Amino acid sequence: MPRTAPVTRWDTDFDVLDPEYISNPFEIWDELRQGCPIAHTDRRGSNWLPTRYADVTAIAHDIEHFSSLEVGVIPFDGEPTEEQDRVLPYGLPPISADPPLHTWTRRLLLPWFSHRRVEGYEELTRELCRSAIAGFDAGGRADAAEEYAQQIPVRVIAQVLGVPIELADTFTGWVRDVLEFADDEERRFRGMEGLIKYFLVELEERKKNPGTDLLSELLHTEVDGALVEESLVLGVAALVLIAGIDTTWSAIGSSLWHLATHPEDRKRLAEEPEIWPLAIEELLRAYSPVTMGRLVTSDVEFAGCPMKEGDHVLLNFPAANRDPETFEDAEEVILDRAHNRHVAFGSGIHRCAGSNLARMELRVALEEWMKAIPEFRIAEGEEVTWAGGQVRGPRRLPVVFP
Amino acid sequence: MNIRVDPDKCQGHARCYGLLPELFDIDDYGLSTVIGDGTVPPELEERARLAIANCPEYAIDETS
Ligand code: HEM
Ligand code: SF4
Repeated sequence: MPRTAPVTRWDTDFDVLDPEYISNPFEIWDELRQGCPIAHTDRRGSNWLPTRYADVTAIAHDIEHFSSLEVGVIPFDGEPTEEQDRVLPYGLPPISADPPLHTWTRRLLLPWFSHRRVEGYEELTRELCRSAIAGFDAGGRADAAEEYAQQIPVRVIAQVLGVPIELADTFTGWVRDVLEFADDEERRFRGMEGLIKYFLVELEERKKNPGTDLLSELLHTEVDGALVEESLVLGVAALVLIAGIDTTWSAIGSSLWHLATHPEDRKRLAEEPEIWPLAIEELLRAYSPVTMGRLVTSDVEFAGCPMKEGDHVLLNFPAANRDPETFEDAEEVILDRAHNRHVAFGSGIHRCAGSNLARMELRVALEEWMKAIPEFRIAEGEEVTWAGGQVRGPRRLPVVFP
Repeated sequence: MNIRVDPDKCQGHARCYGLLPELFDIDDYGLSTVIGDGTVPPELEERARLAIANCPEYAIDETS
């Protein structure tokens, strides 16, 4: 069921929740880049959609005119309730903050996802992949999105946060409500409420019995001589869960979709394993999952577009990564692409704080899949479904293998 | 060949480290630096050029 009115003009009336945009946005971006590289819509407020690499990265770097106070791709209608203002006065920093709050909250988080720390999660990731594969029904079919991609990142993040891995499905449900169903006020609210109530209890517990996990450590961290406010710890905790799950499972799922539909690339990876690191970057480029929002802080003309204070701009990293001005044969997936300045993890000061973790998970998940299931394809007569908006990736990916 | 990472531009994408861990070090906050005095050994020059061409922030410069 489409949740949106049909789009007939992409330049003046786009909708990122349009089913065509979700399942196959690539041609829409190509067309826009040639005719109207920054599209506009008045659906859900006044929103701009840049599609060129140069524009997307320039806007991401111009934090003076483009604020992170509203980063949702589907803007939140209406005012935040008093309850929300009280519990999360700063939203979800660092992603929803501008400097100076952004700067120091980001520094609290970065060491937890340094490449050295991330190495410590590789073995767990590998085991999660193997046990997901071992759990497939006999008979050579599986849903590579739901039974594989979706099962891995949530459990790694649970480990980082020090919350039970057994609650994985609950966490996944909340995060989907917040991101995938953001246009459904009720679901979005329910997901956020679930997350907040859960973490409030966990924080109380850690004040009494601190562990060595991210939540405990943040609660006991001092900045400029004072403990970090609890509402900030809550925001950071919720952010790590929201930013770390759907994004990575979508990247794993899209990459598996590519491999399921491109036998020549499966063969290449088997014959030239040394190209794996470049292949990971190329798959991130070609199927970048994440689009972010920005709030226009004062009237500004950008590339000829009259942007008004209060408008939203969608940082279309996925389209930037398909811009032929920046990438040769941009529409082609070239697994060993040598020149690849992709911005799948963003650009500028908000560069994904979890990118080392995400990269490791994507690499391990694909390696383990290809080791166990080197030959596979989409099951005939079955439908692949995609989710989109803030995060694009397959939700059903039925595959068969010998 | 000599290179340096501009600390004002580097945002810690870690692409340089991924391509050439022998030459780049990244601290806990994601900031990359060139190991040593910035001189690239001849056998690493080709990969150093790749690192330059893959940095999304244009933060790596060839200084000589
Ligand atoms: C393939 C998977 C992922 C992709 C494509 C991705 C993408 C992004 C992007 C594009 C941003 C920039 C946001 C902006 O400019 O407003 C971002 C920020 C962020 N991501 Fe990721 N992400 C992924 C996985 C993760 C994981 C696993 C974590 C785990 C902790 C994470 C945590 C964060 C955080 C905390 C920020 C905010 C950084 C800041 O505002 O300074 N992400 N991510
Ligand atoms: S690739 Fe560029 S931005 Fe990323 S760590 Fe290296 S120098 Fe910094």
